[in-house]
Amino acid sequence: MTTETMPSAGAPTSSRPAPAWRHQHILDLDNFGRDEIEAVLDTADSMREILDRRIARVPALRGRTVVNLFYEPSTRTRASFELAGKALGADVISLTAAMSSVQKGESLIDTVRTLRAMRADVIVMRHSSAGAAYLAAEHTDASIINAGDGAHAHPTQALLDLYTMRQHFGDLAGKRVVMVGDISHSRVARSDMWGLTALGARVVVCGPPTLLPRGLRASERPAHAESALPPVTVETDIERAIEGAHIVMALRLQSERQQGGLLPSVGEYARRYQVTAQRLARAHPDHILMHPGPKNEGVEIAADVATGDRSIIEEQVTNGVAVRMALLYLLAGYAPGDVDGGSR
Amino acid sequence: MPEQPGVAAEPHALLLDEAAVRRAVNRLAHEVVEANGGTEGLVLVGIRRRGATLAERLANAIATFEGTRPDCGALDVTLHRDDFAQRGLRSAPLPSDLPRIDGRSVVLVDDVLYTGRTVRAALDALNDFGRPNVVRLAVLVDRGHRELPIRADMVGKNIPTSPGDDVRVLLEEVDGRDAVLVVSRGGVQ
Amino acid sequence: MSTLAIHNARVIDPGLGRDGIADVVIVDGRISRVGPDEGSAVIDADRIDATGLVVTPGFVDLHTHLREPGFTYKETIRTGTAAAAAGGFTTVCAMPNTNPPLDSRAAIESVLREAETATVRVLPIGCITRGRAGAELAPAGELQAAGAVALSDDGDAVADPSLMRHALEYSTAFGLPISQHCEDPSLVRDGHMHEGWVATRMGLRGRPASAEETMVARDIALAELSGAHLHIAHVSSAGSVALIRAARARGAHVTAEVTPHHLVLTHEEVAFGFGADYTHLRYNTDAKVNPPLREHSDVAALRAALRDGVIEAIATDHAPHARMDKEIEFDVAAAGISGLETAFGLCMTLVTEGDLDLPLLIERLTIGPVRAWQLDRQPGLEGLGTLAPGAVADIAILDPATRWTVEPARFLSMGRNTPLGGRELTGQVVATIAAGRVVHRLESVAAL
Repeated sequence: MTTETMPSAGAPTSSRPAPAWRHQHILDLDNFGRDEIEAVLDTADSMREILDRRIARVPALRGRTVVNLFYEPSTRTRASFELAGKALGADVISLTAAMSSVQKGESLIDTVRTLRAMRADVIVMRHSSAGAAYLAAEHTDASIINAGDGAHAHPTQALLDLYTMRQHFGDLAGKRVVMVGDISHSRVARSDMWGLTALGARVVVCGPPTLLPRGLRASERPAHAESALPPVTVETDIERAIEGAHIVMALRLQSERQQGGLLPSVGEYARRYQVTAQRLARAHPDHILMHPGPKNEGVEIAADVATGDRSIIEEQVTNGVAVRMALLYLLAGYAPGDVDGGSR
Repeated sequence: MPEQPGVAAEPHALLLDEAAVRRAVNRLAHEVVEANGGTEGLVLVGIRRRGATLAERLANAIATFEGTRPDCGALDVTLHRDDFAQRGLRSAPLPSDLPRIDGRSVVLVDDVLYTGRTVRAALDALNDFGRPNVVRLAVLVDRGHRELPIRADMVGKNIPTSPGDDVRVLLEEVDGRDAVLVVSRGGVQ
Repeated sequence: MSTLAIHNARVIDPGLGRDGIADVVIVDGRISRVGPDEGSAVIDADRIDATGLVVTPGFVDLHTHLREPGFTYKETIRTGTAAAAAGGFTTVCAMPNTNPPLDSRAAIESVLREAETATVRVLPIGCITRGRAGAELAPAGELQAAGAVALSDDGDAVADPSLMRHALEYSTAFGLPISQHCEDPSLVRDGHMHEGWVATRMGLRGRPASAEETMVARDIALAELSGAHLHIAHVSSAGSVALIRAARARGAHVTAEVTPHHLVLTHEEVAFGFGADYTHLRYNTDAKVNPPLREHSDVAALRAALRDGVIEAIATDHAPHARMDKEIEFDVAAAGISGLETAFGLCMTLVTEGDLDLPLLIERLTIGPVRAWQLDRQPGLEGLGTLAPGAVADIAILDPATRWTVEPARFLSMGRNTPLGGRELTGQVVATIAAGRVVHRLESVAAL
């Protein structure tokens, strides 16, 4: 026996040390640190490779059940989670709970408990009420993934956005990211703000004053609540907002905003806030253009730029499955107080 | 937290030194070519992480005495393991990177063969990439204690161990030096 | 003849300007004498040793939802008045948003009949508009004749300015206060909490303070036009305070109440709870209330207004709800806080934080509300809110120093909907006497 000094970072079996992960649920990105976001994005890189295989399926989550519980219609997000779950070998069940406002509220907790009793390990939930995923998470030990709750959050879409941005720019620290449009009603914008600022990006939100929520400007919050919202810059002038931007994201404008008296007309909105080639000329020369979709060409985004070479809208859809696989995988590995052990 | 504690403070014995590792790798390289009857159609697929490093070394060694370097690939089996539920997030999955394997002669390469579960996962994963004509297994160390009906076709060194021991292969590219150690884990027995 | 003597208490009776150690003697349900050593002379009495405790007139609540008839799964007159007694309240004014609403003589009478066997006095409030529909006036004269002490459509505002004008004008014939829930419906539509940075964090639509302020301003103008008595229910914003202050300075007959929760809690309660940690978001429906909890600056303005008398009454807006009304998505959850049993302890925060002294707090819980609505002019209520000889013996016995933890599961109210569960409060109601009868006492107080 010798007792010479040995390299101590020995991790003989592993490709890479275990990712930083401490989440049972994914409700929003407001409680994600930089290391955790990077763990998701790194894992998503590995998942992308699987999707390129002839048989794009691994058995990592065999025997686990993922339930898609959608109280609002969605094709893209739901399909994305279905493909992600199946690619990891999980059983995936999709439920569309058509729901009138009268039924609303009556059965969410019961439904979640029933699904858990039926051995759902992960419940992917979309709901029109802000906080619905939080309510579910309080009443089950299954993992809840918030796939959109009212105007509050859409963390998996935000992670997809971050993944796509990182593919283009590598490190996002110091990058100027501009979100243009209906910030008030955008759950994607809210989650993006948390994720982007956690990665060190400089975030600018821009829209007409009637579509900007109160409190985003630090001056609208008391000093003690400075950290209660992500540090973003608020602009009402799109030309100024877009100046030097690396990433421009056009948010979908719902036509209800006109009926609700928030906008004089969709036409005026388009004139003042549409992302156009002319306006993008002010952006950084290497800028990219994103849209969380589905997009209204000619309203928030000009048709020529939406399909132009700076637009990475299609790519975003492709990356969605990989990011959601990463999340399902990481959640399945969540174990509070997990101890190392096991054999090769 | 590192996946396994550092061994600096643990009692351990040196089983193969640098020269012995080099000899074992060279012997394996010859056996691989021998078994394949040359380098025609040969693909070396290393299991990440040290298996992949070994596969590169084997390919280099073969190149020196055969004149042609066989194709190499790296396979990550994290997502194919059958003990995810027990082990949880012990390591992050990495992308696999394989050349075409259809109709070719694949040699799976790993550093240590123990329970056989990693190899089973690797065989499983290979299926998703294509259908090789033949798959063989080459390992630097076989330490026994199989839990599945799997055996290596080519072995650098057979090392009888007790289940409480931990065999560590160190490779220069990863660990800064070449060696094979056995670390006694008191109390694991 | 039955006699009860309370010995050696600090008697605080702001209506009569008394604050000092005294005995209180109750004979046949009425106050007989209050003064030093008065109790010792009484023979053959039940005795309560209140050494170290504070004795005050029973609290008077201008704003209580008893939920009966119609919503007895949330609360009943029996459970609501038991909760009132546990909170030191001996008079509660029952809001008429029941089913059916209290917009008719028969409805008022049925509540009063049910209240005959209740733990504490119930004074019904009638509707301003028929069916609370905001379209036609309810029969104010008939409601008053049946026993209504005020009119309110609380839960909703009377939105139509012309109708509100007529309601105020019409009420002058009867001297009935009109208690208005001031929130402009079009400004709070789809809003579920205070509009501000917390709502933005939570992705919820807000109810801006201006929704309250515009209606307070409008109704003050209408009250001045008609000379009527306008009472602003549950004032929640600094802007409303300023409007009321100015109106009163002009001599308008405007009174106002504030709830314990608006005096202490802010909108942060909804998302972060006690001991704010901004990384962990919650959607706490138990802190959902209308008007919503607002900002620190509003709390400060409300405390100042309460101190200087611009707001003369603390009212609980006790709004009990069943679990199924609250344990659901935030936007569809019912608004309201079950407040009777925590009112005194929560209000004591203002005393411990130096905003009010104890006698002034007692004033705002007793004679303050009585004077606001001139309730002591009602037949049988002479001396209400005081310990005047001859008055009905309604008394609260308080320990202002005890620390206790709020346990909603132990509430006597059926509504356990409070954001204060688990929180430690200072100041507890030790016992309550209604019409000479001990209707509440803490088990832990052996001396009683």
